[in-house]
Amino acid sequence: MLRVFFAFAFMLITIAGLALQPAFAETPIEVLAALKAEASGMPGFQEFSAERGEKFFKTKHNHNLSCSTCHTDNPAAQGKHSETDKIIKPLAPAANEERFTDMKKVAKWFKRNCNDVLDRECTAQEKGDVLAYLLTVKK
Amino acid sequence: MSFNANKFTRMFFVAVLVTGTAMSVARVSDARAEGQKSAVSDPKWKSECGACHFAYPPRFLPAESWRAIMTGLDKHFGSNAGLDAESANEITAFLEKNASTKKHDTTMKPLLRITETSWFKSEHREVAASTWKLPKVKSPANCVACHTKAESGDFDEDNVRIPK
Repeated sequence: MLRVFFAFAFMLITIAGLALQPAFAETPIEVLAALKAEASGMPGFQEFSAERGEKFFKTKHNHNLSCSTCHTDNPAAQGKHSETDKIIKPLAPAANEERFTDMKKVAKWFKRNCNDVLDRECTAQEKGDVLAYLLTVKK
Repeated sequence: MSFNANKFTRMFFVAVLVTGTAMSVARVSDARAEGQKSAVSDPKWKSECGACHFAYPPRFLPAESWRAIMTGLDKHFGSNAGLDAESANEITAFLEKNASTKKHDTTMKPLLRITETSWFKSEHREVAASTWKLPKVKSPANCVACHTKAESGDFDEDNVRIPK
């Protein structure tokens, strides 16, 4: 009897645990792999480099803007929209588990933000370098 | 046997207590959701419009202004904020449905800035020019700088705190 009760309790706890676990479409590693599949087909592809990604992230491109203008020089920290002051949650997956878990969302925001900062879309190489960098950032 | 029965009784009470606690937590969050019902909301509107700036309530502009904004998202105040058609349609429908129905000049091109509407100017006529320029305010578009409960749709004057 007692054993049945424990088994039941254990099952309930497991189900509750699963329900609390956020369901993500992809992992950042899968997103990185998808970017690599895209980039490796392009001429001049180089293995993604966190170092190059960091430089790209922190360099001011057009309009005196860089990725770090809003996301700050520490992607594990909270950022702030440069125009509206709206709080931006941390970008590094180590600090925000929601980041880079939805391919569609990743594509949308790279497109939008690259257009604001570089007046063009970013290449798969650039995106992969940046994600490689963000994955090295510790909380 | 009697020992086992005793233990079982104890476990049973623990289980009942846990269930009870879980239920009251659920009730509290229901009540909280209820309190915010007065302000209209839409998940797409909140997540898309609210990603870069405060998600301005639909009642702040008439429907034709929202339509003009939503069809010009590729040039949205200096940024390309274009959305996929499905999201754009859902948000437009939500904005139109809850838009301002106040009388306004329809002979002019629809206003795109809430801050240019006559009601906004009138409501903020006592705000000094220097207040708008405070570092923590930056611009009249930054509702939440002073309207501390704006996120829940509450713009009551009692909840206004001008930052230092």
